[in-house]
Amino acid sequence: MTTLLDPTSERSPVARERLARPASLEGLTVGLLDISKPRGDIFLNRIEERLTGIGAHVKRYSKPTFTKPAPVDLRHEIATECQVVIEALAD
Amino acid sequence: MNATTALPDGIVVVVKRDCETCRTVVPVLQQLAATTRLHVYTQDDPDFPDQPTAISDTDLAISWAHDIETVPTVIRVDQGKEVERTVGWQREAWESLTGVTELGPDLPPMRPGCGSLSVDPDLVDELRVRFGGSTLAARRVEVAAAEDEMELMFTRGWTDGLPVVPPTEARVMAMLEGTTRTPSDIVAIVPPDLVEVSVEKVAIAAVMAGCKPEYLPWVLTAVEIACTSDFNMHGLLATTMPVSPVIVCSGPGTRAIGMNSGGNALGQGNRANLTIGRALQLLVRNFGGGRPGEVDRATHGSPAKISFCFAEADDASPIGSLAVEHGIEPNVDAMTLFAGEAPHGFVDQLSREPESLAASMAMKLQSVQHPKLVMGFDTIVVIGPEHGRVFADAGWSRERILEEIGAHLSRPGSELVRGAGGVAEGLPEAFGEIESLPKFRPGGLMLTYAGGGAGLFSQIIAGWVNGDVGSKPVTRAVQY
Repeated sequence: MTTLLDPTSERSPVARERLARPASLEGLTVGLLDISKPRGDIFLNRIEERLTGIGAHVKRYSKPTFTKPAPVDLRHEIATECQVVIEALAD
Repeated sequence: MNATTALPDGIVVVVKRDCETCRTVVPVLQQLAATTRLHVYTQDDPDFPDQPTAISDTDLAISWAHDIETVPTVIRVDQGKEVERTVGWQREAWESLTGVTELGPDLPPMRPGCGSLSVDPDLVDELRVRFGGSTLAARRVEVAAAEDEMELMFTRGWTDGLPVVPPTEARVMAMLEGTTRTPSDIVAIVPPDLVEVSVEKVAIAAVMAGCKPEYLPWVLTAVEIACTSDFNMHGLLATTMPVSPVIVCSGPGTRAIGMNSGGNALGQGNRANLTIGRALQLLVRNFGGGRPGEVDRATHGSPAKISFCFAEADDASPIGSLAVEHGIEPNVDAMTLFAGEAPHGFVDQLSREPESLAASMAMKLQSVQHPKLVMGFDTIVVIGPEHGRVFADAGWSRERILEEIGAHLSRPGSELVRGAGGVAEGLPEAFGEIESLPKFRPGGLMLTYAGGGAGLFSQIIAGWVNGDVGSKPVTRAVQY
């Protein structure tokens, strides 16, 4: 019998439950994360207008570059300051 | 060594029937048997010699445990410890070691021995697994008797679409002989899953890609470079552009492992070129989790994403090497990783003056990614020998070539902004006021030298988003 060595990382990802969707955004703080793709700001500006219009507080964030994962500090900042986050991709 | 491979006190001789010298010394063994505590171990035929009676070592356990490289090997053992050994037939050495004189009076004074079966290239990998004591940590995947191992690897998603070499323990152990690093050493943190990869897992990828053990230090260096923040393998995977690591190898080691820097250097047909690049790609796929359609979001991709690795002909180059351009000492084995596309051909068969060739090359380079997009994408030009000669005959240095090409690559911002020339693509409006914009950022146009002796061609390797925003070319010396 042939035995092969596993080429994968053999990791067992932890499955995490998503937070329940809020019934309303009114009074909640919504983070808008701009990944720094061109024209992403245009899309997020409009989203901010709409969210503010229905009573949400909006906080804006941006990644240093769209080509790398968001830095840990930025993710922590968003998690502690917001109840909801929208990450935008635009091109 | 354990109890079953301990040698008995006295004189131990390891032989095999297949060795003519071993057959020649049988009378000597008979002499020794009469006067010493002699133990003869035989590697191939338990009945050889019949006098004195041999002890079978046909499983080679004794030979492996005592590093027998030649037969006959004579060892003097005292209180369980080897005191002295000699190999082949040398009357003086045998007499000195055994304390018995006038050995083999009819034999010539010396005769070289033969290779031990325990170091036979056909057997050594299996023996290493059997007796070496596995130190490998990877999970074992057993292939059922009725299962095809090649199909199993396709089914599990372990391949790039081409067959891979099954990573058996014997092959991986043999691969690890190519490095002095221990299998459990951590090499890098591999994106996109950001998991620490060990030397062992890199060796598994190298086996699957088809590498020879001597390529492993190059593969390890490629993995280290790819996983740096500057190179940004994560972004390179995730991008929709058809880019991947382009590996340019430099130094005398490229020739020692048989890499191709000559005809068809960027193409098929050379094992080292192809498999070093493929090993990195397989590692990112299988270990890092970077697969097409998942984190790899390429719109079209490119055949270069299977493997794009070649050697620069720094031994023949009239313009130095890319590695030295990036600060590596000459004649040091090194590797540059560049986030780039498949090569684009550049044909100029008429320029015999360097001024014409530089201007001509600049026309081609304007088109990198888009003629109206500047400074955002680096490029490597692979100068072919016949083009290189045009520059070399005129005495142009690498710096001079770059300067002269660059002189043809600046354009006014008004031609490059969005909408200019009736084309929406271009730079933001603000750049319209700038009188002159270079095509490449400082250092963004790089030269290397490779290719066959015939053909007035060079190759353009266009890059991905450069600098802090995207990827920087990274050059490092190969660590052995």
